[in-house]
Amino acid sequence: MELSSNTDVRQYVVFKLGQDEYGVDIQKVTTIEQVKPIARVPRTPDYIKGVLNLRGDIIPIMDLRKRFNLPVEPDTEDTRIIIIKIEEISIGIIVDSVAEVMNLTEADIENVTNFTTEFSLDYIMGVGKADGRIVTLLNMEKLIKLEDNL
Amino acid sequence: MDMTQYLEIFIDETKEHLQGLNQSLLQLEQNPDDTTVLNEIFRVAHTLKGMAGTMGFTKMARLTHDMENVLHALRNNEISVTTKLVDVLFKCLDALENYLNSIVNTSGEGDEEYKDIIQDLNDVLHGNTGNTDAAEAPPDKAAPVVQAALPKEESIYPTANVQLDQYEQNVINKAVEMGMNAFRITVVLSKGCVLKSARSFIIFQTLERYSDIIKSIPKVEDIEDEKFDFEFTVVAVSKESSELFIKELNSIAEVEKVVISSLSACPIDTSGENNNGTSAEVNAVETAAEEELLEEKDEQKTVAASKKAVTGKTVRVDINRLDVLMNLVSELIIQKTRLEGMDGVDRSQTFNESLESLERITTDLHDAVMKVRMVPVETVFNRFPRMVRDISKDLGKEIVLNMSGEETELDRTVIDEIGDPLIHMLRNSVDHGIEPADKRKASGKPVAGHINLKAYQDGNNVIIEVSDDGQGIDTENVKKKAIEKGLISKEMANNLSQKDIIDFLFKPSFSTANKITNLSGRGVGLDVVKTKIESLNGSVEVETEKGKGSRFIIRLPLTLAIIQALLVLIGNEKYAIPISSVSQIINISPEDIKFVQKQEVILLRNMVVPIIRLDKVLGVPAEKSQEKQKQLTVVIVKKGEKLSGFLVDVLIGQQEIVIKSLGKLLQGIRCIAGATILGDGNVALILDVNSLA
Repeated sequence: MELSSNTDVRQYVVFKLGQDEYGVDIQKVTTIEQVKPIARVPRTPDYIKGVLNLRGDIIPIMDLRKRFNLPVEPDTEDTRIIIIKIEEISIGIIVDSVAEVMNLTEADIENVTNFTTEFSLDYIMGVGKADGRIVTLLNMEKLIKLEDNL
Repeated sequence: MDMTQYLEIFIDETKEHLQGLNQSLLQLEQNPDDTTVLNEIFRVAHTLKGMAGTMGFTKMARLTHDMENVLHALRNNEISVTTKLVDVLFKCLDALENYLNSIVNTSGEGDEEYKDIIQDLNDVLHGNTGNTDAAEAPPDKAAPVVQAALPKEESIYPTANVQLDQYEQNVINKAVEMGMNAFRITVVLSKGCVLKSARSFIIFQTLERYSDIIKSIPKVEDIEDEKFDFEFTVVAVSKESSELFIKELNSIAEVEKVVISSLSACPIDTSGENNNGTSAEVNAVETAAEEELLEEKDEQKTVAASKKAVTGKTVRVDINRLDVLMNLVSELIIQKTRLEGMDGVDRSQTFNESLESLERITTDLHDAVMKVRMVPVETVFNRFPRMVRDISKDLGKEIVLNMSGEETELDRTVIDEIGDPLIHMLRNSVDHGIEPADKRKASGKPVAGHINLKAYQDGNNVIIEVSDDGQGIDTENVKKKAIEKGLISKEMANNLSQKDIIDFLFKPSFSTANKITNLSGRGVGLDVVKTKIESLNGSVEVETEKGKGSRFIIRLPLTLAIIQALLVLIGNEKYAIPISSVSQIINISPEDIKFVQKQEVILLRNMVVPIIRLDKVLGVPAEKSQEKQKQLTVVIVKKGEKLSGFLVDVLIGQQEIVIKSLGKLLQGIRCIAGATILGDGNVALILDVNSLA
C-alpha cells in the first residue's frame, strides 16, 4: 500500500485566496507571472478580467476572487497570475499569492463528496491534507468553462 | 533511391494535369473540331499514363491507356466528338481524381477498376465500324521495338560508348571465366517520359534483380538527379541470357529501345588503354559521324537547360513555413512601432534616419511576405465551369458561365475559405436565378442563361461578383415567407425597403424554394455564405431586379493578418477600428444629435446616420468627471453601403496593427474582432465594425 501510493505522488502549485489555500496540478501550469496591465474585454462574464500580452500571445485572465464570489481586494506585492494551459486553451488566473509546490499522494486527497452533499461545484476535484493544512484542489478544466452568456 | 520521394511530385503534377484536362475537356465540348485542344488532351492523357505507370499505379495507367485509345481514334478522325463521348471522358476524369485522392490518402490507388468506364470507352471505339484495328493498337505497345544488338548502335547512342577501366574489365573477365555473361545494355526512354529518374529507378531495380551492375553511364547519382537526356548505358554481369533482359526491360512502360551487346573477356592491356571488344574499332571509324551527333545533342541540351531554368524559378513551400515567416514579420512590425513610440531617447538625426529606413524595410518585407502568400483566385475558379456544366445538365438548363479576373490575387487563407461560399452562390444562380428555357423564351430572353463570375481588386479589397440574367429575386415572395415564418408582422412588412427584405435571405433556415431539390430548398445556404464571408472580415451585398437578374457582390480583404487601424480612446480603454471601414471623422456639437424613435442620429450631407455610443455598447466604466463636452468626435464607418457614427472620446492616430485572435476561450464575442499588441506592450481590442454598425 505504502509503495504503490508513493509512486502516485503528484505535485500541486499551492496559492492563497483570502484565508484559504488552493492547489492546481503542476502539469497544467505554464508560468507564474507578476501582475501586468490587463485590457478589459466587453461582453464577458465579470470574472473575466480581460486579456494580457504574454510575450506576444494574447491570454485571457480570470479573476478567481470574483469567480468564487469573494470580496474584491486591490492588488498587492504578492499578487500573481498563474498561466495555465489545458489542451489548446491558455488562461491566467489572478491569485493573492503563490505559496509553494506541495507533494500529495492519492491517500492525502479526500473526495469532497465524502463529507458534504451540498457541494454542487464541480470545479473542486478534492481536498488535500498535509501537515495539518487543508488545500482545495481545483479542476481547472471545469473551472475555465464559461457559461454561455457571451 | 526511394519511391516515396517521387510520390509528392507525382501527386502535385497529376493534380495540375487533371486540372488542365478538365479545362481542355470543357473547351472540347464547346469546339469539337479544335484539334489543338484535342492534341492537348491527348498529351495530358499520355503524360498521365506514363506517370502512373512509372509510379506503379497500374489501374490508373490502364484507364488512361484506354482513354488514349479513344483520343487517338478521335485524332485520326475515326470517331467524332459527341456529347456521350465527352461525358465518358469526364467520367474518366472523375475516376482519375478518385485514384489521385486515394493515392493522397493511402499512397495506393485503391481497388476500384472502373470497368464500366473502360467498357464505355471501348464501346465508343467499337461503335464506330471499320477502323477499330488502328485504334486498338495501343501506341505504347508499338513503341518499344527490340533492336538487334549491333555494334553500330553505339554511334547513335552516345552513352553506349562505354570505356571500361582496368578494374571493371577485370570483373568482366572473372565473370566470363565463371560462365556468366557480360552485357552492355543501352536503354532509351521515350521522349515524353516525365519522371525520368523514377523510370530509371524501376529499370535499375529490374536489372539488379537479374544481374550485378558494374558500371553506369551517366553515373547513378546523375541519373537520380535527372542529369541525362533520354538514354543511359549500364554494364552488367549476369547468369541470364540477353533475351531475358530484352523481354523484362521492354515490359516497362516508356522504354523506347533496349540495345544489348555481349562483352567478351579481354586481356587487360598493360598500356592501360581501354578495350572492350568490337566497340573500339567502331569508335575510330565513326568518329566523324559521332561528332556531328554530339553537336546536335549539345544543342538539344542547351534548349533543355534553358527550359529548366524557367521552371526552376518556382519553389513549392509548405504553408506552415510561410505562416511562421508571417508571424516573425508581425513581431518585427510590433517592435518597430514600439521603437517609434519610445520616449526619453535622445532622438538624434542618425537615430531618426535609421528608424525611417527600418520603417521602409519592414514595410517592404511585409509586402514581400504578403505577395508570397498571394494566390490567384483562378485556383478556386477553375473547378466552377465543370460544376456549372454538371448542374445545368441535371436541371436541363442551358447555361453559359463567363469568368473574368481569374488572375486577381488573394491571401492564401482567404482563398482556402471562399470556395464553398462561391459554390453556394453559383448553385443558387443556376437553380433559382436562371429560369427554365420555355420561360426564358416567353419573356424574350435568349434561351441560354448567362452567369458571370467576376473578380477584381478595389483598393484594399477584392470584389467577387456572381451575377445572372435570370428572373431576379421575388421580393414579394420573400416578404410572404418572412411573415409566414413569423419573422415580421404584416404591418411591418409593408414598411420594409427592398434591401431589408433581401436581408431575410441571409437568415438561417430561410428558403423560398417551394420544393426541396438536391440543390436547394433546405434553407441552408445564404446564411452560411454570409457567416463565412463575415468571418473573413468581408461582406455580401445583393442587387436584384425582377425579371432582369441578380448580382451578389462579395467584398473580401486582401489580407487577414496585418491591417492599418485607427486607434481611439473610449473612457480609459484603447480600441482599434480597421481603417478600411472608416469613411471619415467629424466633430459635432451635442446639439447636432437628433432622435428618430429613440435612436440617436445625425445628419451628414443630408444622410441620416445613426450614432452609436461605443462606451455604452462596450460597457466601458464611466469616468467620474463626466463634463458635458462641447465637441464630440464621431468616426463615420461604413458597412457595405450603410454608414454609422461611432462616438469616441479621443483619437490617438493611425497605426499598423497585427491582428491576433482572442483565443478559443473568448472567441465569438460579438463586436470584438480580435486583439492587437501595441507598441507599449499593452493589448488593444479591435472593434468588429460589421456587428457594431
